[in-house]
Amino acid sequence: MSGLPGAELLVSTPSGRLSVLINRRAALVASALLLVVAALAVLSTAFGTRWLPIDQVLSGLLGTADRAVTLTVREFRLPRTVVAVLVGSALGLAGALTQALTRNPLASPDVLGVVSGASAGAVAVLITAGGATVGYGGAAAGLSEVGVPIGALAGALLSAALVLGLASRPAGALPATQRVVLIGIILNAVFLGLVQWALTIGDVDQAAKAAVWLTGSLHGRGWEHVTAVGLALAVLLPLALLLRRPLDAVALGEDIAITLGVRVPRLRLVLFTLAFALAGMAVAAAGAIGFVALLAPPLARRITRSGAPLLTAALMGAALLLTADVLARHLVPGAELPAGAVTALVGAPALLVMLLRSRS
Amino acid sequence: MTLLRERPSVPPAAGQARLGLGVVLLLAAVAAVAVLGLALGSQALPLWEVLAALRGQEAGDASIIVLEQRLPRTMLGLLVGSALGMGGAVAQSLTRNPLADPGLLGVSAGAALAIVVAAFAAGVTTLAPQLLFAIGGAAAAGTAVLLLGTRTAVGTTPQGLALVGVAVSAVLISVASTVVLFDAQTLDEYRFWLVGSLAGRGMSTLTTVAPVIAGGAVLAWIASRALDAVALGDDTARALGVRLRRAQLLAGTAVVVLTGAAVAAAGPIAFIGLAVPHAARALTGPRTAWLLAYSAALGAVLLVLADVIGRIVARPNELQAGVITALIGAPIALALLRRSRSGATV
Repeated sequence: MSGLPGAELLVSTPSGRLSVLINRRAALVASALLLVVAALAVLSTAFGTRWLPIDQVLSGLLGTADRAVTLTVREFRLPRTVVAVLVGSALGLAGALTQALTRNPLASPDVLGVVSGASAGAVAVLITAGGATVGYGGAAAGLSEVGVPIGALAGALLSAALVLGLASRPAGALPATQRVVLIGIILNAVFLGLVQWALTIGDVDQAAKAAVWLTGSLHGRGWEHVTAVGLALAVLLPLALLLRRPLDAVALGEDIAITLGVRVPRLRLVLFTLAFALAGMAVAAAGAIGFVALLAPPLARRITRSGAPLLTAALMGAALLLTADVLARHLVPGAELPAGAVTALVGAPALLVMLLRSRS
Repeated sequence: MTLLRERPSVPPAAGQARLGLGVVLLLAAVAAVAVLGLALGSQALPLWEVLAALRGQEAGDASIIVLEQRLPRTMLGLLVGSALGMGGAVAQSLTRNPLADPGLLGVSAGAALAIVVAAFAAGVTTLAPQLLFAIGGAAAAGTAVLLLGTRTAVGTTPQGLALVGVAVSAVLISVASTVVLFDAQTLDEYRFWLVGSLAGRGMSTLTTVAPVIAGGAVLAWIASRALDAVALGDDTARALGVRLRRAQLLAGTAVVVLTGAAVAAAGPIAFIGLAVPHAARALTGPRTAWLLAYSAALGAVLLVLADVIGRIVARPNELQAGVITALIGAPIALALLRRSRSGATV
């Protein structure tokens, strides 16, 4: 997919039965990003109410440090970091898929209102399971692992069907790229209104904690939040990578894809479902984190300079969310912001700039 | 000169008598929802008890509920609703854009951000200075959206301008919600205010905001004649002798004052400014003065109704009026978006 001659590398097994075409630049960028994510992950684990030196973090991970340090690293800080990596990757990948499928740089799950729809679904499950457990962490581990992800998934798919259905009809003179943004933001208001309402049914003391479902936060994430998003990513990321060739064809234009033998409607259905499932799982783990899915793919594309960046977008999402979470914990001395507030502060102006630059 | 004093020719409007009758009917509707606002809530009161409490013949619980809680709340709802309705009507006429709602154009978000920043940076928590900040913030945000919208390719269509507006709103609201998160103590109060709510406002809020909204209404009424001409296009309006800049400034000030006051009193309530003028225009035709009167009455009815619904559906808790208007208003916004064509005048 790269225009440079010799930029692609054909790797084959000696028998020649299995061969993979690798874009050299993309592979290089992916490995470099992987290193960046690893470094940020260590940094994120070292930061906390108390700074742990890097060597202590590493020995804590290996279990060779004293018991207090090992406990802090393994049970409190590591799950948070892992959730950040997984959620960021899921959002980045979901954004890359939706942007490639719609050929619209603004159509990411967060801008489309799918992230807030998933948030509403997750909160609906929490409410029906018992008002007192609204908010994060208050919910029983079983609920976090099974019930909330299912609710978020249902919310994500329902809201996605709604926004894509509405956006498929023409709306005045607005080009399709911008139409979905307007519809998405209006639906966003509705879903966040529903979440807000649902939270007032809960305990007043949970007010500050409720921020997780409205803005997205990684505070207090434990291993029970890792399961669903980790599983989703483990299954869906390889699936997405397998479908990357037909996706690249669709990115060139639907007619071309059909000529190339791609069954476009089926591919769309599969990949949209995949993208919104990833977004739903991300929300179930960390709440409605906005703008990571919007920003990771274009940033990744800028570095790889080729087709739809899937793996690099996922890594970029992880790097963005880790950075946002570290900043959220240390931007204000003595207070901790939700990571979603940081991504929104950076992402909303970025959306505005992208909009103003977009061609009609 | 006499020619210029006459109204510019506009498509045939409904007869004055019919429009006058409509106002009477709308005022009856306002009175009806006001009674609902007094009678319904977490505890429903029979009508005769409400009336007795209003006349001061009733002592005890009912009297306290009606006079001290529901009366100021209902009156504030009427006032804020009418301000939002009029603000939307003027904004739509001024920009000739059917999607120009102060909520969609970032004006409400600007007012909200200014209030939040003033509270946390300067400790401003009393209503009178908050009003000033709200109006200033509304003016700044509205100007920014209009400038960004008209200087770029996106903003040339009505929907494009709305799009720039919602994006600017998203920026402003993300800053406001972050600022609110800094202080856990006031989070609880502002978190409901940021949704838009009429709950817990006393008589003092009402008396502070009322003159400001009245002033905004007067400005809007003065601008209404020029806006009739503006509807025909800038050039035609100039040819008809309208001083365009002055008219735009006047109408813009009216929008900012009405919206700023509404936001200071009840938070950024969405969609009333969008939906109400459309309904009103269907009844009145294009004359701006009548449009203002109908929008004010319909906005008042809608907001109080939303507040009453919010008190009933989630008993014993409350659904904020802003949530209800978002749920009712979003489908209307989507329908308008679908219908409106580029370049179409209102």
